[in-house]
Order: sequence, then C-alpha cells, then structure tokens
Amino acid sequence: MNDKNRQDGDSGSQARGWREFFLRPTARYSVASLLVLGGAVGILFWGGFNWAMELSNTEDFCISCHEMRVNVYEEYKDTIHYNNRTGVRATCSDCHVPKEWQHKVVRKIVATNELLHKVLGSIDTPEKFEAKRLKLARIVWRTMERTDSRECRNCHDYESMEYMAQSRRAVDRHIKGFDEGKTCIDCHKGIAHSLPDMHEEDPSIVVGVVEE
Amino acid sequence: MKRSLALTCTLAASIMLSLPTVVMADDVKSLRGTAGIDAASAAPVIKQWAPDQEPIERDYVQQPPLVPHAVEGYKMNRKVNKCLSCHGWTKYKEAGATKISQTHFADRDENVLANIAPRRYFCDGCHVPQRNAKPLVSNTFTPVPAIHQP
Ligand code: HEC
Ligand code: HEC
Ligand code: HEC
Ligand code: HEC
Ligand code: HEC
Repeated sequence: MNDKNRQDGDSGSQARGWREFFLRPTARYSVASLLVLGGAVGILFWGGFNWAMELSNTEDFCISCHEMRVNVYEEYKDTIHYNNRTGVRATCSDCHVPKEWQHKVVRKIVATNELLHKVLGSIDTPEKFEAKRLKLARIVWRTMERTDSRECRNCHDYESMEYMAQSRRAVDRHIKGFDEGKTCIDCHKGIAHSLPDMHEEDPSIVVGVVEE
Repeated sequence: MKRSLALTCTLAASIMLSLPTVVMADDVKSLRGTAGIDAASAAPVIKQWAPDQEPIERDYVQQPPLVPHAVEGYKMNRKVNKCLSCHGWTKYKEAGATKISQTHFADRDENVLANIAPRRYFCDGCHVPQRNAKPLVSNTFTPVPAIHQP
C-alpha cells in the first residue's frame, strides 16, 4: 500500500517534472521552440541526406570519376539502355543501386569501399581496370543471382512480358528459362558493358583459346 | 615578270581546255547519281533489320548460312564471342541453335584445333544478318536442286 502510494506520487511528480522540463526556458528559449527548431533542422538533414543519396545516384556523379567515364560509360553509350527506339534510358544507378530504401543504404555503405579504391588508384588506368574487370563483374553477377536480378525487374517484369511480341529466340528461352527458375543475368551478361576476358569464366565462348 | 605572264597564259589555256569536261559533268552519272559536287544527294531510306525467322535455306553446298536473327550489340573480340554463347558446342542444345560447324575448328592447313580456329574469329565476316533490301546487282544464279527445292 505504502509502496503503491509512493509509486503514484512518484509518477505524478515525474509527469510534473517532465512538463516543467519541456516548458522551462533553457538559458533563453523554451524547450518547445527548441523542438520545433530541432524538427526543422531534422527535416533539413533528412532532406539533405536524401538529396545526397539522389545526387550520388545520377549519371553525372557516376562518371565524374574517370575510371567510370573512360571505361564502362563509353561502352554503355553503345548499348540499348543508352539509346533505343523509345528513348527510355536506364542509367548506372538503375542497374547498380537498389530502389528499396533498406537495400539502397546498404549499397551506399558498400560504395565507401569503392571510394577507398579510388584513392588507392586501384583501377585508374584502362589496363588496371581490365585486369580487375572479371573480379568486378563477378561481384555484380553474384549479387544479381542472389537478388533474382532485382534491378532489372524494377523495369522489366516477366509477368508483363507479351510473348507474342517478342522475337522467336526470346520467347523460347524465356518460357523455359523462367520455368526452370533462371534469372535475367543468367542469360543476359554483358547487356550494358563489354564483357571481361571470359576465358576463365567460360572458355567455350572465347575464340582461339586452347586450354593447356 | 615575263615568266609569270607565261604561267598565267598556260593556266588560262588549260582551264579553257578543261571547260568542255566541266560542261559535260552534267551528263555523267556517278554512283551518287547526277547531283552536282556541291549538291547533297538524297538520303536512302534506312532499312530495318529483318525480324527473327527460321533458318534460311542455303543455295549451295559450302555456303555460309545467312543469319536469321538480329545480331545488334553482339560483341566479337579477343575476350568473348557472343555468337558462341548460343552456337558453341556446349551451348547449342540449350539455346536451340545450330551447332557451329566442325570445319570451323581447322586452320588453313587443315589441322584440326582444340578450339574454334582464329580465322573464324569474325563470324559476321561470312555469316550476314538480313535486311529486306533489293539486291544491288542482279544475277541468274540457280541453286542446285539437291539442296534447294525451287
Ligand atoms: C530503367 C529501366 C531499366 C532497367 C533497370 C533495365 N532495363 Fe533493360 N531495357 C529498358 C529499356 C527502356 C529497354 C529498351 C526498350 C526499347 O526497345 O525501346 C530495355 C531493353 C532491354 C533488352 C532488349 C535488348 C534488345 O536488343 O532488344 C534486354 C535484353 C534488357 N533490357 C535486359 C535488361 C537486364 C538484364 C537488366 C538488368 C541488368 C535491365 N535490362 C535493366 C529498361 C531497363
Ligand atoms: C534462359 C535464358 C534467359 C533468361 C533467364 C532471360 N532471358 Fe531475356 N532473352 C533471352 C534470349 C535468348 C533472348 C533473345 C536473344 C537476344 O536478345 O539476345 C532474350 C531477349 C530478351 C529481350 C528482348 C526481347 C525481344 O523481343 O527480343 C528482353 C527485353 C529480355 N530478354 C529481358 C529479360 C529479362 C528482364 C529477364 C529477367 C526477368 C530475362 N530476359 C531473362 C534469354 C533469356
Ligand atoms: C542495364 C543495366 C546496367 C546499366 C545501365 C549499367 N550497368 Fe554496369 N553492370 C551491369 C551488369 C549486368 C554488370 C556485370 C558485368 C556484365 O554483365 O557486363 C555491370 C558491371 C559493371 C562494372 C564492373 C566492371 C565490368 O565491366 O563488369 C562497373 C564498374 C559498372 N558496371 C559501372 C557502370 C556505370 C558507371 C554505369 C553508367 C554509365 C553502368 N554500369 C550502367 C549492368 C548495368
Ligand atoms: C541468344 C542466342 C544466339 C546468339 C547470341 C546468336 N545466335 Fe545465331 N541462332 C540462334 C538460334 C536459336 C538459331 C536458330 C534459329 C531459329 O530456329 O529460330 C540461330 C541461327 C543462326 C544461323 C543459321 C543457321 C542455319 O542452320 O541456317 C546462323 C548462321 C547464325 N545463327 C549465326 C549467328 C552469328 C554469326 C551470331 C553472332 C553474331 C549468332 N548467330 C548469335 C541463337 C543465337
Ligand atoms: C571464313 C568464313 C566463316 C567464318 C569467319 C565463320 N563461318 Fe560459320 N560457316 C562458314 C561456312 C562456309 C559454312 C558452311 C559450310 C561448313 O559447314 O563449313 C559455315 C557454317 C556454319 C554453321 C552451320 C553449321 C551446320 O551444321 O550447318 C554455323 C552455326 C556457323 N557456321 C557458325 C559460325 C560462328 C558462330 C562463327 C564465328 C565464331 C562462324 N561461323 C565463322 C563460314 C564461316
């Protein structure tokens, strides 16, 4: 009984304490106005954060590094995702950065590793880039295999594919492939860039290479 | 002074001599028609690639079969050959494509190699995709009946 009273008394004075805390002016401003200010600053920060996320999703940002501009970007300009009949373009981030927030943040954190290698100059010449290319491509392939080519499916949905309108070869392979649980990247490697030297990955698609 | 006068005369004479040809240029029909040098010739209509079709019948033995499908964006280089990703011996079954010919493994001395011979490197040097275009030069070739029913 006594205990309970004490508790009641306690919570009552606690509530009062909180109220006082919020309404008591700090040195000069009320806590409420500080909260409003804090909210505003929060929005600014959040907006800024999102803005930065979006800015780092633009093509201009991606190719501001010459590593990307002189290699992958030049090749990509020759492909269907840059120039096509309908004029709908898929840019770097459409394929390389997830749309969903939680996956996007993870990708951006992983990207800090790329900044490290930018500083180290790991791929700062076309030769160095080519030497590392298979390794880099494999990272993308393995990720897409794991996510069932999520980034492709953000734009292309096999549920909405009209097989009547597709080419002979596409229809045959799509119907069978999707039945067998295959994913886009299993069949569409090199869709936006020149492939790396495929000798190690699959010698049967390189002319003139003879296995020792 | 005398010499430059002589030069000018020769120049004038030669221009006069070449005048008839300048006049005649109007009647000359070049590959770009009769349009004058400074006139732009009419742009030809851009032909679309033929849509994917069944394999096209061959007209003679040893003919490189025509490519019955689109090949846009297919890369052929030292690092990879896109055609082989469907026509290679390990791939053709799954792709439903024609297996690359045995002859493509032999070099020019007829040594059979363990992989496609480098002289078959550029598939599209011999196998060409199709557009619905009128032949530039007509011919009277008739396929042998044994491989092509007219
Ligand atoms: C931003 C949206 C977008 C993303 C992401 C995207 N695509 Fe595309 N894709 C397109 C558009 C647009 C076209 C061209 C349509 C046309 O023909 O006009 C296209 C065309 C294609 C084609 C047809 C090629 C041809 O020659 O006809 C293939 C194959 C393809 N995409 C595969 C992929 C794969 C694989 C991925 C994932 C790595 C992917 N796409 C990601 C929008 C996208
Ligand atoms: C089993 C292999 C396979 C899988 C899996 C696959 N494709 Fe294809 N796809 C093909 C082939 C083969 C073609 C026709 C040849 C070509 O375009 O190179 C094709 C063609 C296309 C085309 C062009 C359509 C046309 O009419 O030619 C698009 C777009 C496309 N694929 C998108 C996708 C997307 C998106 C996915 C994943 C959801 C996917 N594909 C999965 C094999 C596959
Ligand atoms: C249509 C989807 C698509 C677009 C657009 C795209 N990429 Fe890629 N990217 C891929 C895929 C798939 C791979 C894996 C390798 C392959 O299959 O070519 C890849 C691989 C890479 C690699 C690893 C090295 C390599 O060549 O394999 C880099 C770096 C890269 N992309 C950067 C870029 C940049 C920069 C842009 C924009 C200019 C871009 N990508 C646009 C799909 C895309
Ligand atoms: C995506 C798979 C694929 C790729 C890549 C591909 N082809 Fe094909 N090709 C086929 C299929 C499937 C057929 C059979 C046509 C059919 O039945 O629809 C074929 C048919 C052919 C034929 C006719 C064969 C015959 O028996 O008449 C030739 C020639 C050919 N392709 C050449 C090429 C060349 C050259 C390339 C590279 C530039 C290439 N193909 C790339 C799938 C492919
Ligand atoms: C020097 C010219 C030449 C080049 C280069 C060439 N081919 Fe051929 N190809 C031929 C000729 C000729 C035939 C038909 C006679 C034969 O089988 O050798 C043929 C036949 C074929 C056939 C049909 C085989 C059959 O069983 O009927 C396929 C498929 C084929 N080539 C694919 C390719 C591919 C893929 C490449 C590139 C790696 C290529 N060819 C490069 C000349 C060439």
